[in-house]
Order: sequence, then structure tokens, then C-alpha cells
Amino acid sequence: MIEIKELHKSYKMGANSLHVLKGLNFSIKEGELVAIMGSSGSGKSTLLNILGMLDEADSGEYTLDGVPIKNLNETKAAKYRNKFLGFVFQSFNLINYKSALENVALPLYYQKVPRKQREEKALKYLEQVGLKEWAEHLPNELSGGQKQRVAIARAMAAEPKVLLADEPTGALDSKTSYEVMDLIQKINDQGNTILVVTHEEDIAHMCKRIVHLKDGVIVEDKKVEQVRASQYV
Amino acid sequence: MFNKDRWKEILEVLTGNWFRTVLTAFGVFWGIFILILLLSAGKGLENGIMQDFGDIATNTMFMWSRATTKAYKGLPKGRSFLFNTDDVEAIREKVPNLRFISPRNQLGGFGGANNVVRGLKTGAYNVYGDYPEIIRQDPMSIIDGRFINYSDINERRKVAVIGEGVKTGLYDNDEQVLGTYIKIQGVNFMVVGVYKKKSNNGDGEEGQKQIFVPFTSFSQAFNRGDDVGWMAITANDGTSITSIKNDIMAVVKENHKVHPDDQRAVGHFDLYEQFQRVQSLFTALRFIAYFVGILVLLSGVIGVSNIMLIVVKERTKEIGIRRALGEDPWSIKLQILMESLFLTIISGMAGITFGALFIYGINTLLDMNGPVDMFANPSVGLGVVMGALAILIVSGLLAGFIPAQSAIKVKPIDALRTE
Repeated sequence: MIEIKELHKSYKMGANSLHVLKGLNFSIKEGELVAIMGSSGSGKSTLLNILGMLDEADSGEYTLDGVPIKNLNETKAAKYRNKFLGFVFQSFNLINYKSALENVALPLYYQKVPRKQREEKALKYLEQVGLKEWAEHLPNELSGGQKQRVAIARAMAAEPKVLLADEPTGALDSKTSYEVMDLIQKINDQGNTILVVTHEEDIAHMCKRIVHLKDGVIVEDKKVEQVRASQYV
Repeated sequence: MFNKDRWKEILEVLTGNWFRTVLTAFGVFWGIFILILLLSAGKGLENGIMQDFGDIATNTMFMWSRATTKAYKGLPKGRSFLFNTDDVEAIREKVPNLRFISPRNQLGGFGGANNVVRGLKTGAYNVYGDYPEIIRQDPMSIIDGRFINYSDINERRKVAVIGEGVKTGLYDNDEQVLGTYIKIQGVNFMVVGVYKKKSNNGDGEEGQKQIFVPFTSFSQAFNRGDDVGWMAITANDGTSITSIKNDIMAVVKENHKVHPDDQRAVGHFDLYEQFQRVQSLFTALRFIAYFVGILVLLSGVIGVSNIMLIVVKERTKEIGIRRALGEDPWSIKLQILMESLFLTIISGMAGITFGALFIYGINTLLDMNGPVDMFANPSVGLGVVMGALAILIVSGLLAGFIPAQSAIKVKPIDALRTE
């Protein structure tokens, strides 16, 4: 599903240039649940941004579902993001003057799905994350865990090829963290490919594979026994 | 562009901070209001002064003869001459684009002695020998009977059309005027009509104290032969009399052996030139109105632009999220542009409406208190309103352009990083 070859990325900071990604190679197959771990500064967020087409690599190849991703203009990048990717952020990033339902329906709106269909679909995904009753509520009326579940529903609504989660549990307490991970595991069980960036060991171990990043290189890439989050809930 | 979601969002954003939106809108509102107000005030002044001109054919010149100031073809300077009826024919033949050429003769004048008698009453009036066209050059309304016609001219009928002022001077209140006779310098003329001029400048009263008789009868009755005292000449619409007056004067100079460079032998008064001078004043006023109005409007538009920039700044994160979710940058640009356009047009419309109401109020006040000197019926044309609307649309787009540009320059990652 995802293929990366010799990926380099550096940031210019004044006269100095900071080499963040130093030639990464890896691939993710369909249906995988991969955790990317590393301390801050290891380049894991940069990697995720590049995978999410929010940022562009300096050199290297990136293929997503057989489509080479390079030299995208903004319009095309937006289209690909909409079609291929779902994002879950640490800070939820819901649009706060729109109701939960409208938030979930947003990616569908950008796909120009008719209003009625859009709402039906959004409601279906909200139901999947167990927030059907909260559809008309604004984000600030929801708890952190609920917000993240809405965000996950939103990421899933466009039926993306890959779900990218940047520290999805970073702003949550451990109980809600496990709830969110449980949800992510369930979505993965349905066959979706998911990438989770985290620095928490226990969250990482709820995935099926852990990629360790340190100073811009992969130091470890191992399959792990998945810990089901549902046992903690 | 006309989809419900987009409009819903525009309204959500604009109503999100009512106070700010209203303040911003006020700038544009005020600008367009001032523009409308200035233009209508200018128009009011114009209307008022135009009323003073009345219906006078403004593309007209008056021409009379004076003493020559240059010797020419063996004739000395200081020689007096008079126009004659041949001049009229010559002008008609040689100068194109003339509408009316009215030769005129005149008796009496300001402060003249009594020259008209009717029974026991006498009066001093201006008596003119005229052609029927004069009524088109110096408009008057016939309130009783008729004006001079060509049968009168051809048959040299001794008929007269008198002014209202003459009627009050020579007749009793409810006396029948038509068919009676008045004696002008010893010659009887039958009154066939009464006129009234609606001129309202200083000589308004004087204007009502005139008597018009056929040109030919005048010449015969008062021994003028084929002399012409002066002429009123009107050019066709589209040709200004100012541009052809020298041709006309050249014709009469040639006829009377006057040196072509003799500037003072033929006196003239160019009504069109005077009129143009007034017109150019109005043009200047209109220019000032547009200038000031548009500048005020511009400051309002800059206000809108500013606020839109702030809105974009505030929504940086939201824009980032939306782009991460895959919204087309053009869609975001369109959104910002439409917000700015919507705000500008709504507040502009309010300004126009308010301006119109204000003008309506002024007009009602003017109607109630009677006419005011040099000011009448302030108004703006539909064209101006359409123009203002066009200005609004353009300025709304301009106001939104920079913010929209800055909105799509936001990189999604940078936007998401802002907490």
C-alpha cells in the first residue's frame, strides 16, 4: 500500500540545515496496523507529514496504492489527500462552529457528494464510533475522547486507503486512550491500513508492527504480538 | 457558487462576530452613502440652476451690428451698418447645421417711454417684430388665443401677441382680450394671443411685458424697410453654436464690406458658451463628488480587506484542517472572496437604500416648504446606482483578493501547528 525508498528531508534554519530524514526505506501492506515510534526530534512527525502529502520530501520515492506521489501542486495534493488519506490529529482539529455530523461530513462535501447522501453516510460513521446521539452537538460540548472519536469518524468517512494518526492518544487520559485504540483496532480489523505515530510504549504495542525511528533513520522494524485494547476498557 | 452549504458557511462566519461585522460593514455603508449623497446634492444644484435657464434653447447665439473699427475696401472706420433680410438668406445658404435663424426688430426697451395705448390706458412695453420660430428659441406658453404664424408674416397682418404683464396693464380684470385692438406708436394691432413665460430669474416680470407682432408687419408699420435689428440663431442639436458662430459672422461681414478681422463690428452673445461654463461647473462638482465618495468608499473597502485578513488569520487552523481533509485551494479562495463580496454588497446596498431614503426625505421637505433658490429635486439616476453597485462588486473582490491569496498560501502543516 505504501512504498518508501531513500526518503530524505532537511529543513533550512537560517544558515544551518537540519537533516531530519536520512534515507528511509520501508513498505506497508494493506491491512497493516503500524506504529511509528521515536523520541521527539526523531523525524516521526515529518515522516507522517510527507506520507500525508502535507509536506514534500527533498528526494526519494513515495508510492501510495501504486500511484507515485511527487511534484504535486496544491490542487492535486488536496484531491489525493481527500481520496487516499484520513487524518487523525493529537489535538482533534475539529471545526468548532460545525456540529459533529457536519464535521464528519466535511470530506464528503469536498468530494461533492450530495447533501442527503453525505449526512446519511456521516451518521453511519458516527454510529460506528458510538456517537450517533451526539450528532448535532458542537465539538466544545464533547469530551476529549468523544472529540477524537468524531475525528476518527471524519477520517473514515471518505473511505480512505490509509488512516494516518498523529499521536491520537496524546491529549487523552489512559482510559480514553484505550477506548480510542480499541476503536482503531476495530477499524483495522475491518481491513483498513492504519499508521499510528506515538511515543507511548503501551499504545505502540496495541499495533501489529512497530517501526522505531531515531535521528532520522529506522533503527528497528519489528512485528509484535498485538495487545487488544478492549481488555483495558 | 450557489450552493446552500457555501452560503450557510458564509453566514456562519459573518454572524459569528456580529459587532465586528457590523463595524466593518459600516465603513462601506458610509462610503456609498456619502457618494450617493454628494451626487444627489450636486444634481439638486444642477436641477435648480437648470430651472433658471428654463426651456430656452441653449444652443443659441444673439447677434447685432455695431460700428466698424477698421477701414476696409475704401470705407472708413467708425461706420455704422444694419443687418438686413438678405443677410438671413445668406446665412441660411452658406452655413449648414442651423436650426432657426430669427431676424428680430424691436421697439422700446428698458425704461422706455410709453409707446402702447389702449383707450385711456398707456404703457411702456418692448415690442418685437418676430418670426414664428422665436417661440422655440425663447419658449413661452400661450395661455389664450395663438402665436404668430406664417400667414401673418406673408400677409403682413397687424396682429399682436401680448404678455400677461401687458394684459394686466392695459385691460381690466375680466375683460375679453382676444379681438381687441392696441395702438403701438399710433398703429393699431389686433390682439390674437396672450403668452406667459415661466422664466424666473431677475427679469421675470420684464419677460411678461412684451408684445410680439409679425416681423413683416413690424417692418412695414414702423418703416424699417428690410432692416434687421438683431438675430437669434440656433444650431442643430449635435452642433454647438460656438463652433460655427465665426462662420455666421463672416457671412454678414462679407455682405456689409466689414474687414474680416474686425472683431467689434458684429456684437454677439453666445448663450451656449455661458451654458457650457455652467455645465463644466457641474462636471467639476460631479467629479468632486465621485472623488470624495470613492475615497471614503475605498477606506471602507480597506476596512473590509483588513477584517478579512484577520478572519483568515483567525481561521488559519481551520483552513489547515480543511486542506488536510482535501478541500481544493480554489474552493477556499472562493469562500473568502465570497465572504468579502457578500459583506461589501450587503452593506453597500444598505448604504444605497439609506441614501435613497435620505434623498426622499429631503425631497419631501423641499416639497413641503416650497422651492428653494438654486436647489431642486436632488436625485441620483439609476445609472449611478448601477455604477455604485459595480464599484461595490469590484471593490468587494479587491478587498477579498489579498486575504484569499494569503489563505491559500497557508501550508496545511503550518496551519495545524498553530495552537
